[in-house]
Amino acid sequence: MSGLRILVPIKRVVDYAVKPRVNRAQTAVETASVKHSMNPFDELSIEEAVRLRERKVPVSEIVAFSAGPPKAQDILRTAMAMGADRGIHVQLAEKEELEPLGVAKLLQKVVEKEKSDLVILGKQSIDDDAGQTGQMLAGLLGWSQATQASQVKIEGDSVTVTREVDGGVETLKAKLPMVITTDLRLNEPRYASLPNIMKAKKKPLEKKTLKDFEVDITNRLKTLKVTEPPARKGGVKVEDVDGMIAKLKELGAL
Amino acid sequence: MAASPKFALSLRRLSCSPGVVARYAPRYTPAAQVRWNTSNSATTSATTEPRQPDAEGGVKGKTAAAKAIKFTSDSYPELQRDSKFSQLTQDHVKYFQELLGSESAVIDGVSKDASEDIEPFNADWMRKYRGHSQLVLKPKSTEEVSKILKYCNDNLLAVVPQGGNTGLVGGSVPVFDEVVINMQRMNNIRSFDEVSGILVADAGVILEVADNFLAEKNHIFPLDLGAKGSCHIGGNVATNAGGLRLLRYGSLHGNVLGIEAVLPDGTIMDDLCTLRKNNTGYDLKQLFIGGEGTIGIITAVSILTPQRSQAMNVAYFGLESYEKCQEAFRAAKGHLSEVLSAFELMDGRTQKLLHKATGKKLPLEDEHPFYCLIETSGSNTDHDSEKLQNFLEHVMETEIVSDGVLAQDQTQIKELWACREGIPEILGHWGGVYKYDLSLPIADMYALVNDVRDRLTEAGLVGDDESHPVVDVVGYGHMGDANLHLNIPTRRFDKEVEKQLEPFVYEWVQGKSGSISAEHGLGIAKKAFIGYSRSETMVKLMKQIKNLYDPNGIMNPYKYI
Ligand SMILES: Cc1cc2nc3c(=O)[nH]c(=O)nc-3n(C[C@H](O)[C@H](O)[C@H](O)COP(=O)(O)OP(=O)(O)OC[C@H]3O[C@@H](n4cnc5c(N)ncnc54)[C@H](O)[C@@H]3O)c2cc1C
Repeated sequence: MSGLRILVPIKRVVDYAVKPRVNRAQTAVETASVKHSMNPFDELSIEEAVRLRERKVPVSEIVAFSAGPPKAQDILRTAMAMGADRGIHVQLAEKEELEPLGVAKLLQKVVEKEKSDLVILGKQSIDDDAGQTGQMLAGLLGWSQATQASQVKIEGDSVTVTREVDGGVETLKAKLPMVITTDLRLNEPRYASLPNIMKAKKKPLEKKTLKDFEVDITNRLKTLKVTEPPARKGGVKVEDVDGMIAKLKELGAL
Repeated sequence: MAASPKFALSLRRLSCSPGVVARYAPRYTPAAQVRWNTSNSATTSATTEPRQPDAEGGVKGKTAAAKAIKFTSDSYPELQRDSKFSQLTQDHVKYFQELLGSESAVIDGVSKDASEDIEPFNADWMRKYRGHSQLVLKPKSTEEVSKILKYCNDNLLAVVPQGGNTGLVGGSVPVFDEVVINMQRMNNIRSFDEVSGILVADAGVILEVADNFLAEKNHIFPLDLGAKGSCHIGGNVATNAGGLRLLRYGSLHGNVLGIEAVLPDGTIMDDLCTLRKNNTGYDLKQLFIGGEGTIGIITAVSILTPQRSQAMNVAYFGLESYEKCQEAFRAAKGHLSEVLSAFELMDGRTQKLLHKATGKKLPLEDEHPFYCLIETSGSNTDHDSEKLQNFLEHVMETEIVSDGVLAQDQTQIKELWACREGIPEILGHWGGVYKYDLSLPIADMYALVNDVRDRLTEAGLVGDDESHPVVDVVGYGHMGDANLHLNIPTRRFDKEVEKQLEPFVYEWVQGKSGSISAEHGLGIAKKAFIGYSRSETMVKLMKQIKNLYDPNGIMNPYKYI
């Protein structure tokens, strides 16, 4: 068989290390002039795709895909610096947000057009934490799926995925084509090295719009209100054991 | 001696021709030699990690309990308690108790045994210095500080001002029975002007608290260092701490706009100016910046704080030689100019040891003799990225750097910084570390590390196994500020090593007109060595200042000059 055609969808999100703040209108998290970077689970997806190739699994192409604002190009370049061969950017307006189902439908079209036979996605994106896109995509395509992978092995057209579950690991085996979503212990993403950052600048980055895909991506959900979690109340210091018991009684805990 | 390097260098050119220093230096060296003979503990002037040698001279295991630390008066037997100072009495204590009122403001070891409570104030962070103080005072206001000092001055009681007690030269702890005046209860932020960015705060505010407060207002404290969770801004000013942001924001001599301080006779010097420009007479506050508590106690500072940068980038390079590091620095200044906020140097050995001690994967696959970390911060991501891209392209194409990575997110920024900031800690992994904090002309900075390594290797002291005391000789530091940290990680403290290091290192630095203490100050550790960096005339002038402000010599005696 000819090499694998891997599609890796990635998303630009508020940086993992930034403390999110709710906007004044309480409609969303503040994103203006906040540091953004690639969704951490998506870094794992890119890394895994590149490692498959390095492990001599025949891979003919790794395509990074992102639907997002103009700046999503930055993370596509990062993906290419990490080893993706080319990028596809579906440009959205600055505040335009897609829901998981919309993204899955879009990806279905991309998979068909690119003739992908393996899609590696993050198990969730850390902005909405929906954790649905991979599963919906597998459903739409009618493909096998393995979620929250902590190890991926490919031999011929047979894929073995290990996933960590409560109390142990679960091993799944399926045939290509398939959808895999990644979990934190899958790998340790590499840094983008300077020579590769330079090379990535010359790799092709295709620009598209939603119109090019003819899918119904109308949003169906409505956000009523976004609020901060309640502030943690400070503790109190007690003098001794008796003091502690008295305090616990006072709080009705005893 | 913690002036910004530029300032220090020009001063030196003006005031001390090499001849003067050479003539002056020999008077100071014997003190160090005396101390080599005293005992088997670490008594070099180098700063060390917070461990004390055990009976065999080894330094494995946990950090020493305060009580196990050797008294400074024993490590420095040539120091005698100055008999002009009074002995503390119950009457003295009673005065302070009435003055300060609150129970917790006075730790009284005079009328009762309070050694447990007092030990933390007697011992320093490195576990290297320990005093005999029996009284700790924690004033809550400038007026209280004033009354305390006036009383001490009238009664000839010696005092030690103390901030977060993180100083690295033994300046913040007593030697004999000096009264500790700890500033931790003076911890209010007094005001912040969002337009000018000027912060006015009590001396006892912890640096990290001040920085977090400023972060909320989109500003940044112009100083950052490893001890930020404990050190006080008053202590930072008193030591003129340098740290990680100096390259960008300059030294405290420029950023501190005003100081409120109390002189030994109780005079409150209210120079809490919030003006950037004020050319009306001698700028006396400068004497308190880096004064190490020898002429008065700082009770509040006003400081100019810059806007916090929205855009931050960090890159980490591997380079084939120290010459290339210098080229990279020049290129960084040229291409990045105003957005360059840090340029740090790490030799390959530090990175190898980091890997060995932590097992952490290094950012670059191959090994390189040198590494640099650069940080940019600015207000506009696109603008910065473009500059950075041009710079990176330039250094790669011209082969100034052999390889490198660019952080893609905040987590990677932290990880890359850990390759630099993690060094001091891991060097203690094998036991002890001899640390020297030096200012040198950039071109010569690394030659010292090579010379010291050759010297210790020739003496047969460096090796991979237990029979050799020295693990390695490494260098890293704030290259942008021409500030080298020469570190010698060891398996145990060894007099032979110390003999090879001192006065060799100091003489070497003197030969290059460098500074033997770039940012950590003099305290007790470097007092004897000031002659390597300052002329006789300069020291004489400094002593005049000291005598003018503190004629009774009660402020932090036995230290500094
Ligand atoms: C982990 C670590 C990292 C460090 N990194 C750096 C670094 O990068 N750059 C650098 O320059 N330094 C560094 N230092 C040393 C630095 O000098 C101190 O951490 C800090 O500046 C001292 O503040 P402090 O409040 O702890 O002062 P202390 O240690 O309590 O006192 C230091 C000196 O100042 C005097 N003093 C303190 N408060 C006052 C006051 N209110 N009025 C008058 N005198 C006072 C004391 O008498 C003493 O002489 C580091 C230290 C540690 C432990």
